[in-house]
Amino acid sequence: MSTSALSFTARTAATLGRRRAVNYVMVGVIIALTVLATLPLIVIAFYLLKFGLGSVKWHFFTNMPKPVGESGGGMANAILGTGLLVGVASLIGLPIGIGAGLYLAEHRGTTLANAVRFLSDVLNGLPSIVMGIFAWQFLVRPLGHFSAWAGGVALGAMMIPMVARTTEEMVRLVPVSLREAALALGYARWRTSLTVVLRTASAGIVTGALVAIARIAGETAPLLFTAFGNQFWSTSLNQPIAALPLQIYTYALSPYDEWHAQAWAGALVLIALIFVISLIARFATRGQFGGGSGD
Amino acid sequence: MSDVISRAVTPTTSPREPAASHAAATAIAASAGTGGEDVPPSAIQGSAIGDRIYSTLIWAFAVCVPILLALIAIEIFVAGWPALHQFGFKFLTSSAWDPVHGQFGAAPAIYGTLVSSVIALLLATPLAIGVSVFLSEFAPPWLRQPVAFFVDLLAAIPSVVYGLWGIFVLLPVLRLGVMPFLQQTLHLKVIPLFAGPAYGPSMLGAGLILAIMVLPYIASVSREVLIAVPRAQREAALALGATKWEMIWGAVLPFAKSGIIGGIILGLGRALGETMAVTMVIGNRAQISASLFAPGYTMASLIANEFSEASGDLHLSALMAVGFVLFVITIIVNAVARWLVWSVSRGAEGSA
Repeated sequence: MSTSALSFTARTAATLGRRRAVNYVMVGVIIALTVLATLPLIVIAFYLLKFGLGSVKWHFFTNMPKPVGESGGGMANAILGTGLLVGVASLIGLPIGIGAGLYLAEHRGTTLANAVRFLSDVLNGLPSIVMGIFAWQFLVRPLGHFSAWAGGVALGAMMIPMVARTTEEMVRLVPVSLREAALALGYARWRTSLTVVLRTASAGIVTGALVAIARIAGETAPLLFTAFGNQFWSTSLNQPIAALPLQIYTYALSPYDEWHAQAWAGALVLIALIFVISLIARFATRGQFGGGSGD
Repeated sequence: MSDVISRAVTPTTSPREPAASHAAATAIAASAGTGGEDVPPSAIQGSAIGDRIYSTLIWAFAVCVPILLALIAIEIFVAGWPALHQFGFKFLTSSAWDPVHGQFGAAPAIYGTLVSSVIALLLATPLAIGVSVFLSEFAPPWLRQPVAFFVDLLAAIPSVVYGLWGIFVLLPVLRLGVMPFLQQTLHLKVIPLFAGPAYGPSMLGAGLILAIMVLPYIASVSREVLIAVPRAQREAALALGATKWEMIWGAVLPFAKSGIIGGIILGLGRALGETMAVTMVIGNRAQISASLFAPGYTMASLIANEFSEASGDLHLSALMAVGFVLFVITIIVNAVARWLVWSVSRGAEGSA
């Protein structure tokens, strides 16, 4: 009797030992996976700084691209182009996105709102290259030439679902009592929505807009067959236009070391641009709705 | 952390609120219309017109989304129709992509898309789940934000920058380090998967880049569903004497399973359509090869690489048709993923 009890305790002790060992091993594995998951960003940032920092000089921002062999080339036209493209995209994407987001927040539960919400998510997951060939077929082919307009439309279309969804979430965080107070004071519903609700949610909406801008600013695929790229200084929206991501792509695939260096510098500038926009987005919501972190 | 939970659950929380506000609004509007003595009638009429304009306007903006999606589908389908019509079902199964002789089959691109995405998911999923479990179960609070930030930030890097890094850092490492190591040191050359010359631009390179790119998407969804697992679930397992790992494996992960699967499928959707980085490292050759060291094509990279120099109407149409196939596949994949994530967040709310 006592021997069997003893062997029982011995057995459980052995099992417990094994279970503990498995536990330690798996905790180790999880920590190793975590370290491995944070590694890519560090490695990429390291090489960006290593290869890019040397070529980011003042003339990079002020000069035009130079032929191979001439030093002092820059990406002034590409930086301007990216700015213009983002501007056109925002003019299209922001009003439609915010309007659609308001509709989603104010008509929750209706069939149309559910459909629009679902289709926004679908549109959000659409490959950017598909948006590119769509814009080509829709705008470039009928008009017969590449243009900044086409690129801006492609990017703007990508912004719509992102902005719509963040606007919806931000508007829904506005307390109902605020809306009711405005209505009780005799405000019309449209004035309530625009001057009370939208204004209360504005910080969050600005953040959502900036996050969307940060995302499209780095897009290349929708611009390949629309904005197309341009070696010259151009501010015409009817002409092909240069963009930072396009320039990086062209230079990266070229066989010249100088252009490779320029591509790294361009990548560093592009990342810095996106990072600054994201930081502003974070600060815009600080103190409102608990910081709106994520994304 | 609380805002993460609210973000995970918001789509379904408090469904009564807006309805209530709606009712309140109409009630107030009605009382203002009938009982308000000081309000001049013209002002009320004005606000009614304003309301109508406002609601029509936001309705019009909302309808833009379905219209845009339909327009994309129609435009691309119409443009791809000549090729789809000429080659029929063979367009999907034929591996002959030969612009010179006017033969177009999308099989190599479809194969490449699937293989590179599968490699990406096989590599990214363990990392994503590992880091999410660490964040939800182990990480001290001060470490949580930085680690999550480091992983999330990967999603902010533009595709073309990944491509640049891939060409000048990843591919040389593969060509000079990983590939010879697998082939010679480990003698894996006999396996078709690792056979053939090691140039660098390859399916493996594309898979690796994609793995890094989809990691943040899988990780952020996994993290949200893991955090949404009820405390009671964990405490019950611990009370039964489970070790921490047994608790995670037996009580937490099964609870979050379908949400994590949803995240993986969401990552798949990203991987399938990723263009620039893949185009820059995959080698762009229309062939089906068993070897991961061989160059290939994905649907997106095929379009990106050949579209601007398409050699004729049929070539262009074939590329559009590839775009349409990609469009359909990603829509299906995304819809499945959304549905899975949605069903989990609803389930979590119901039991919480």
